[in-house]
This record gives sequence, structure tokens and C-alpha cells, in this order.
Amino acid sequence: MDLEMNLNAPHSMGTTIIGVTYNGGVVLGADSRTSTGMYVANRASDKITQLTDNVYVCRSGSAADSQIVSDYVRYFLHQHTIQLGQSATSKVAANLIRLLSYNNKNMLETGLIVGGWDKYEGGKIYAIPLGGTLIEQPFAIGGSGSSYLYGFFDQAWKEGMTKDEAEQLVVKAVSLAIARDGASGGVVRTVIINSEGVTRNFYPGDKLQLWHEELEPQNSLLDLLNSSNPEPMNI
Amino acid sequence: MNFMASKQPENSLLGPESDSQRTLYPYVTGTSVVALKYKDGILMAADMGGSYGSTLRYKSVERMKPIGKHSLLGASGEISDFQEILRYLDELILYDNMWDDGNSLGPKEVHNYLTRVMYNRRNKFNPLWNSLVLGGVKNGQKYLGTVSMIGVNFEDNHVATGFGNHLARPILRQEWHENLSFEDGVRLLEKCMRVLLYRDRSAVNKLQIAKITEDGVTISQPYSLKTYWEFSAFENPAQGAIGSW
Repeated sequence: MDLEMNLNAPHSMGTTIIGVTYNGGVVLGADSRTSTGMYVANRASDKITQLTDNVYVCRSGSAADSQIVSDYVRYFLHQHTIQLGQSATSKVAANLIRLLSYNNKNMLETGLIVGGWDKYEGGKIYAIPLGGTLIEQPFAIGGSGSSYLYGFFDQAWKEGMTKDEAEQLVVKAVSLAIARDGASGGVVRTVIINSEGVTRNFYPGDKLQLWHEELEPQNSLLDLLNSSNPEPMNI
Repeated sequence: MNFMASKQPENSLLGPESDSQRTLYPYVTGTSVVALKYKDGILMAADMGGSYGSTLRYKSVERMKPIGKHSLLGASGEISDFQEILRYLDELILYDNMWDDGNSLGPKEVHNYLTRVMYNRRNKFNPLWNSLVLGGVKNGQKYLGTVSMIGVNFEDNHVATGFGNHLARPILRQEWHENLSFEDGVRLLEKCMRVLLYRDRSAVNKLQIAKITEDGVTISQPYSLKTYWEFSAFENPAQGAIGSW
């Protein structure tokens, strides 16, 4: 197991996470693999974590760091909501994440994407990479799997998509990243947030589209041998 | 459970990282800022790139911001530290306005404040990882200064950070003169930015030019520069010596 890493250059972390705005809200997406070195510790994790009723965060990097940061921010936002008398905005949530990420930059190793809907600004996506920079974007990608998606999004992203177009884009993107990134895998989870509320979706690994050099999964070789279109055994 | 614990090499002189607050290395960085004095004030240019190591990750980062009524701040280096500096300056300007005494901090004062902040952080081995350019006009007096992450500060007729120091300043030394018109100033900055685009790996072709005069700050819309590749020498460089470049 290779645990040696050169930490002096910014490096990507296990996971693929995505946040996309559309004309009415946001769609957040993530894979479900949590790894310890080469071992997959959890193949069905949920990396899209709730902060408030209307704001969620996609977590990448150290599982411990991202969990503790989102726990603190959930706690602060809870108090803030009580004091404010109404739902917190996604901007406030993002800034609280930024505060923790920036002020503890030497110790933390987590990249986060905050997405939410509020009545003032509608759907918004905020990226908070390593170091604690806060950057609002129409869409954001993060985690080690995102390296394989820069070109994809440069080509496929368009302003003003519908909810279904946005979700399809996210699922396709996470699925493409899973195909090439060893640190990403499992299922694709999405969370759609808009004025009507929050919808969680689940796309199991075997229901995703097949990409290059991937084959249709079978129960057994025997099925292939006995099938009506016999697949000859290739030499 | 990504076991990516912060690991130092065996021969490091640094103490345990967890018990000190020190910025060790930048993550999301901006590249050069170039600025010059012209007839009516200051012109400053910066591209909109936020690099993450060698990846050109963010392409719409505004690296120049107005400060108060009289100043314009441009930054290269770690973007999160620049965002923090903007917060410090927000507070500074707020307190200045609260005095409500008709006086307001000019560029010279803001530059001095930034110098003190940068130098004191450097002395604590916890620098704000930025090179800053501060320009402004107050009461007809033009001011253009720079501060680095170690607190080196000075003012001049033209300044640049990062690669700009090596590529832009020689051009400015040759072609800058007193009382440049706005058009000449913009063309000169664009000449510098184009060279940086050709020769700086972290440059991105989306830039803004900002102007500050007695009347205030204007930051242009983002735009891209044309680049020139059609030279006969470029078309077939290895023709005379196959295998060369």
C-alpha cells in the first residue's frame, strides 16, 4: 500500500463531486467510494451532506476533516436560523465553510462544494477548494475524479439548462469520472434543490451507461456460452 | 478515511505543523499584475486566472478590486489570502468612514497599512502569500506602489508582480513616459499582457484593465487578446535541421 505522497504541490483527493446551477435551482452530484489507501472502506457512502433544509454540501478529501467541518457548520447554521428567524442563505453557509477552511488551512485537507436555494438569490453553487478560497460559479467540480471532467464540462456545459438536463449532465459526468479515476466508484448520488424542496436520487453502478472498453455485465460465462447467439470463445 | 496525513520529509527543520499557524504553500494562485501611471491616474491589468498547481482551474477570478474612494488593489499569489486582505481593508475603510470627518484614506495610507500587515505576518513566519499592487489618485497626486509577501515595498511609475517583473517591466522601462494618454497606456499594458500570455504558463487569455483617476475606479469587462502565430519561422521550424525544435 503506497501511502507516500508529495504534499508540497496541490493535489486532488479521492472522490468526484459536482455542483451545477440550472434555471430554477441546483443539482449536486457525487460518487460513493471512500478509500483507505488501496482498500475501499465504504462502497456506498453518502458524500452529499445536509447543512440546512435548503443547503447541502458535497465533501471531498479527508473524510474526517470534511465531516467535522460540515458538522460545525450545520451547528452554526442551526443557531443562525433560530436567531435570524428564517432559513439561512446558501451564501452564509458557504462563508461559514470558508471561515473554517481558511483559518485552519494548515491542518485541514478537504475540498467542498456548497449548493443551495434561497428566496433572495435562487440556486447558487460555491466552491471552497484547499486553502479556503471562496468562489461562486455557475458549476463546480472537485475531487480527484474532476481532473477527467474539465474538458467534458468545457464542451458540455450550457447556461439555462432545465432540471432534467442538469441532472443528466451530472450523472453522465460522475459516471465518466468513475470510469477513469480509481479513487471514485460505486453509485452516483444526486440531490436537486429548488423552491419546491429537495429531491435525492440514486443511480446504482450497474445502471449507468457503458463507456469505452466497458462490457455489458453478465451473470456468468455460462450464459454467454448457452445463449441463442453463441459468443464463440475467442483465442 | 483517506489517510493523507500531513507528512514532512525526514530532514525537515520544521516543527509539528499542527501546533503552529503558518501558511506553508499556496493552493489557488493568481499570476502577474502590471500597472503604470498615466496622464489622469493609474492603469492596472491582471488576467482572471486562478491556478491550482499546474491546472488552470478557475478562469473568472477578479484579482483587482477598488478600495475606498481613492485606491485600487491588484493581487497575485494565494487567492484565499487576497480575499482575507480585502476583508481587513473593508474594516479599515469602514472605520475610516465612521470618523465622518471629511477625510478619507488615500492610496499612500492604504499602501502603508498593507506593508505593515505583510511585514508583521512575515516576521511571525505566517505570511499572506501575495504580491500586491496598490494604485490611486488623491487630490491630483498619483500614487503607485507594491508590497510583497515578505514586506518589500516601494513605489514607482510602473510596477509588476511575478513573471511581470521579468517580462513586462523591461518593456515598460523602454516605452513608458510621463503623461501617457489613456489609449497609449492601455496599448502598452496590452503589449505586456500579450507577452505574458505567450510566455507565462499560468496566464489565461481573459483579462481586465482597471483605471483609477480623481473621479474614481473603473474596471473593464473581461476580454481576450488576439495572439499571433502565423510566422513562417513557426510553420516549419525543423525544416533545416530535422529533429530540432
